[in-house]
Amino acid sequence: MTDYKNFTVETDADGIALVTWDMPDRSMNVFTEEAMDELERIVDATSADEAVKGVVVTSGKESFSGGADLTMLKRMLGRFEEEKAKDKDAAIKMLFDGAGRMSGLWRKIETCGKPWVSAINGTCMGGAFELSLACHGRVAADSDKVRMALPEVKVGIFPGAGGTQRVPRLANTQEALQMLTTGQTLSPKKAKSMGLIHEIVKPKKLIETAKKMIKDGLKPVQPWDEKGFKLPGGPVYSAAGANLWPPAIAILRRETYGNYPAASAILKCVYEGLLVPFDTALTVEQRYFTEILQTTEAKMMIRSLFVSLQELNKGARRPEGVPQTKFKKIGVLGAGFMGAGIAYVTAKAGIPVVLIDRDVPSAEKGKEHSAGLMDGLIKKGRASAEDKEKLLSLITPTDDYAALDGCDLVIEAVFEDSEIKKSATEKSEAVLKPSAIFASNTSTIPITGLAKNSKRPKNFVGIHFFSPVDRMMLVEIILGKKTGDEALAVAIDYVRAIKKTPIVVNDTRGFYVNRCVLRYMSEAYQMLIEGVPAPMIENAAKMAGMPVGPLALTDETAIDLAQKIMKQTIRDLGEKAVDKDQFELINTMVDRHGRHGRKNGKGFYDYPAKPAKKHLWPGLKDLYRQKEPEDVDVEELKQRFLVTIALEAARVMEEKIVTDPREADVGSILAFGFAPYTGGALSYIDGIGVERFVKLAKHLQKKYGAQFKAPKLLADMAAKGETFYDRFDPYAGKAKEAA
Amino acid sequence: MADAYVYDAVRTPRGSGKKDGSLHEVPAVRLAARTLEAVRDRNGLDTAKVDDIIFGCVDPVGEAGSVIPRAAAFEAGYATEAPGMQISRFCASGLDAINLGAAKIAGGSDEIVIAGGVESMSRVGMGMSGGAWFMDPSVGLPAYFMPQGVSADLIATKYGFSRDDVDAYAVESQKRAAKAWEKGRFKESVIAIKDQNGLTILDRDEHMRPSTDMQSLASLNPSFVMPGEMGGFDAVAVQRYPEIEGVNHVHHAGNSSGIVDGAAAVLLGSKKAGKAMGLKPRARIKAFTNIGSEPAIMLTGPVDVTEKLLKKAKMKLSDIDLFELNEAFASVVLRYMQAFDIDHDNINVNGGAIAMGHPLGATGAMIFGTVLDELERRDLNTALVTLCIGAGMGTATIIERV
Repeated sequence: MTDYKNFTVETDADGIALVTWDMPDRSMNVFTEEAMDELERIVDATSADEAVKGVVVTSGKESFSGGADLTMLKRMLGRFEEEKAKDKDAAIKMLFDGAGRMSGLWRKIETCGKPWVSAINGTCMGGAFELSLACHGRVAADSDKVRMALPEVKVGIFPGAGGTQRVPRLANTQEALQMLTTGQTLSPKKAKSMGLIHEIVKPKKLIETAKKMIKDGLKPVQPWDEKGFKLPGGPVYSAAGANLWPPAIAILRRETYGNYPAASAILKCVYEGLLVPFDTALTVEQRYFTEILQTTEAKMMIRSLFVSLQELNKGARRPEGVPQTKFKKIGVLGAGFMGAGIAYVTAKAGIPVVLIDRDVPSAEKGKEHSAGLMDGLIKKGRASAEDKEKLLSLITPTDDYAALDGCDLVIEAVFEDSEIKKSATEKSEAVLKPSAIFASNTSTIPITGLAKNSKRPKNFVGIHFFSPVDRMMLVEIILGKKTGDEALAVAIDYVRAIKKTPIVVNDTRGFYVNRCVLRYMSEAYQMLIEGVPAPMIENAAKMAGMPVGPLALTDETAIDLAQKIMKQTIRDLGEKAVDKDQFELINTMVDRHGRHGRKNGKGFYDYPAKPAKKHLWPGLKDLYRQKEPEDVDVEELKQRFLVTIALEAARVMEEKIVTDPREADVGSILAFGFAPYTGGALSYIDGIGVERFVKLAKHLQKKYGAQFKAPKLLADMAAKGETFYDRFDPYAGKAKEAA
Repeated sequence: MADAYVYDAVRTPRGSGKKDGSLHEVPAVRLAARTLEAVRDRNGLDTAKVDDIIFGCVDPVGEAGSVIPRAAAFEAGYATEAPGMQISRFCASGLDAINLGAAKIAGGSDEIVIAGGVESMSRVGMGMSGGAWFMDPSVGLPAYFMPQGVSADLIATKYGFSRDDVDAYAVESQKRAAKAWEKGRFKESVIAIKDQNGLTILDRDEHMRPSTDMQSLASLNPSFVMPGEMGGFDAVAVQRYPEIEGVNHVHHAGNSSGIVDGAAAVLLGSKKAGKAMGLKPRARIKAFTNIGSEPAIMLTGPVDVTEKLLKKAKMKLSDIDLFELNEAFASVVLRYMQAFDIDHDNINVNGGAIAMGHPLGATGAMIFGTVLDELERRDLNTALVTLCIGAGMGTATIIERV
């Protein structure tokens, strides 16, 4: 047999060829051009070899495969853009052929005339699961490590190698649609109950069982290639179909607001595909796949939610030459809501934590928070009692700063008061070794100022978490003027250790995230003042792709806090720094109506006792003269929310607070859910085109005010025809291929 | 251009559209055939002279498929020269059949047309003809498809009609229908459905519940909470009309049109043809038109089409003596009255589909006959007939007595 770089092929005495996929220099198998070429040669060879009775395909790694190499897809899209500039039709034809490559190969396996069995030994994602579905037999190892999914929709594309056709021909339509449109991850048990795999066996028996299927006479014909095949969910046009499709379309709209073309395309592929024979259905899928690959959403989501996210998670911004930190002990100062959350995520990563508060009961209360969170996980079956015990044993609650001795890192999360913070810093440094890093979780006080309390300002850094700490995946690392590379490296190592995503932000009021969030809320106040009906404000924001309406968000963070921030801003920056009308609105809500937000059950919403749902406070209608809904342009409301945030992100780039567009993009999605289909706050601008965006901003500025004033940076970029990723190229100086 | 005149209008009683409904034993084609027989026999019609038989049918599948008016003409024993054509514009099909017939007469191609509609909802079922509108994601998603009940609830929410408002309307519809039957106001037009032995199967609308009051309606649960919440349609409504926070579900079986079986037919002809037949025209088709309206809220088409038609006919609202708007759902009529400030005394004066039922393809022709009878009874001149339509459309017709 021929030698392959990525596969080994061994044919046993029974004539069963075992194809083991094991790519050199990669921790996980992915489909590259080369891997697909080799697999095609294997199909040809095994089909031609009379001695081969059947084929078992498996992986030599712990996982089966992560699916297609998305960076390859990103490059393919790059080639498409280049070709398109020259010959649009040829470029689209090229993309269409490329989009059908994998699908055609899987179909070739399916119809090669010899039985193929996929032996799924570990995580099996995307294109790899589609390969498995094209095999005549599918066996999975009975292990927690085996997970199957077609997660493409999460990065703006969809399973385009037969996934949208084989899944609903194996599973009932409703389950198939749910799995495909959400990218749901399946355990072997779930996959078997859906009909997607045939058997689950002990890991040791995996290959043996796969081979036995062939020896037992597995037919090399898929059900849908047999005469008289019936869809498991029944025909589309049937009573069952009539009950399924209209709500399926409505639920897709409910979940996506129509903002995700790939999710819509999945529904279209399944609906149209199930009405025609299989090969025609694959063509239908290929056409939609070609369409979706050309969308801005696919391009931006692949970049931010896959490539950039992965790079940041791997520590893309970590300074070189600083040795990796192995955390032996971490101190957390302040056992309030934030401190307790930080202690939890740290212990969850297996790192011992000293949790300090002014007295032992307060510190212990902070530890209780972890117990509560673990109880929640146990209830959901996602943790065991042992896990809880182990995690709690890592947290030492105390009021004694001496316990900080030996900590590599201390994170301060005490009350937002400069004096209290000063004392915490001094008490810590008295105990800590000189190389230890001191981090503040402040959200309002500049780090450079706080660093003045430190004897070692080089070792002083901001590590800014978001609430609730256990659920929010982003962490801002704030660099003070004197923060050194070591402190930054330790901070990044820590954020990676707790499996969150770090972005590096230079010191400024509000850092990056909160500046953007304040713009979002402020625009909503302005709309209220204009007389836009409150439901339109909330709905428009959600229709624009934001996860939480701005008024609901204000309620969550508290209206009296918004008032405090405004008052502080006026004290610090003068009266003009806060919009007079907005200040009055907030004062009216808090002072006149006692509406402080969710915490007192009265905010922009009313919060009746469960099970009743929250609803907007009817009194909002009386605060300002209401516009007729017909006189409000909802599309413009949607734009205002996204544009005001994007402009703030652009200002942050201009001010060099954030320097890497990947961080601004990924940060905006992870921290406040900025319309993920845009790829983030800067990609939103790039996606529209800077020139058009500037025009849009000008138009909005004229109608609604200075918050829409575009920074000079954008005008300059527009003039030069640059995107953010051109101007602030994160790969400059590095080999492009590393992307 | 010749005017189209109305010479006669008949309808079957409406049988409850369930398996135990009185007309469930009668095939759809026979319901249609009985109306054709009545038109012929009441007017001494030479059926060889009929230029066309146009029938609306919303679900023309199964026994109602394959051009049901042609089949009905066979069963009714019409001359072979009388052809047939089946049309659908959903709930306005029966009225559109009349308008199409009138257009053919006005255009000079035809002299005599029988126009009407038939629907056996108990035998064929609702929605049985399928369709891309609500099944195909490429269509349903951008159209913000919702089931009509959710759209009706959306109208109530957006235009501020409470559960009490819609229930009160339904109680009044029942009262009016009961009174109209009691006073014999339908007796000239309703033909009893009899078996082959002459035994009566049904001679009265059987869906009516004259004893309905606010209390009895209050005990009914809203029908569209489930599709709204579980089926995702409330979210669709909110995304299309973001000024609402959620949908207030107010409609139920008691304030929505009844599911029934029935057929109706109207005899149309030119003046010349009438004279030749020796018939006296009862009314003239003065004007008619159609419109597409916002498809998600779907059922507000009557407002749009009325505006369009009045403008087209150079008429004012005050020129209309009586309005007849199909009672698909109570909120549809309440919105129409609200939009034009129409007094309840001038609209649906003998009740409507909430009390008597809505045999989809036939209703347009039925309410056309009902309001013509009422114009004559009150000795008034002009009426406007309109219906809301699936997928957001409106059809309206103005008739005046001659």
